Amino acid sequence: MAVPILKQSHYLIATIQSALTDADLVQLRDALADKVGKFRSRGVIVDVTALDVLDSFASRTLRDISYMIKLRGAETVIVGIQPEVAFAMVQLGIAFEDVATALDLEEGLLYLDKKQKLGQHGSQRGF
Amino acid sequence: MAASVGFEAETEFCIAVNSDNDLVAARRKGRVLAEQIGFSGSEATLVATAISELARNIVSYAGRGEILLSTVGNGSSIGITVIARDQGPGIADTRRVLEHGYSTSGGLGLGLPGVRRIMDEFDIISAPGLGTTITVTKWKRR
Repeated sequence: MAVPILKQSHYLIATIQSALTDADLVQLRDALADKVGKFRSRGVIVDVTALDVLDSFASRTLRDISYMIKLRGAETVIVGIQPEVAFAMVQLGIAFEDVATALDLEEGLLYLDKKQKLGQHGSQRGF
Repeated sequence: MAASVGFEAETEFCIAVNSDNDLVAARRKGRVLAEQIGFSGSEATLVATAISELARNIVSYAGRGEILLSTVGNGSSIGITVIARDQGPGIADTRRVLEHGYSTSGGLGLGLPGVRRIMDEFDIISAPGLGTTITVTKWKRR
């Protein structure tokens, strides 16, 4: 089942609605990398609240999304990792370094807004 | 015995694993079974995650196989046993695949060592040409 990707001003929001197959995750990764260019988005939020398992493949794909979007010039934040899922990821030994995470959609938006402001200040100083 | 603590006879599921589409059903069944015997949400998630890793190994290395789920009792405790078996190429060095970070598939190499960490018991039987059977058990915390 494809994950709907919503464009909201200069962000893309992908809300995962139910358990995903590996193919669905790979499709989400490719769609986000494509759309971030098409809509000239500055940030991507992937909401995984509905996922009850994040195994090594899913974690790796989320990390890949984050890295790919960064290479495309935008920021990614993964939101909504449930406490049990977080526990299982830690037990499994999954490293999520360099991947931004936030509690929920609201916090994710705040994170991206903050990043935007920092970026603007940075470029102003550059001139 | 499991029966004396009010449980029906062992519930068993056998899930054919032929593609990554089957992973979702396999881990869902595992979670349902785990919750039925009173596992906490965290424990049920660990079981579902282990099933996901084992089923993906089947798809990645053997193409097809099966996952068997059963409840087990040892007198004082109850748990879930997951058997993942395939008739695939088998593994020559089973010790190697349990090393953190070792992978021949381009994965993270977390699969089997991770599964061993999140389950209480882990057993692997494999030989080249003879397929692979991995048996893991998680006991309910009391």
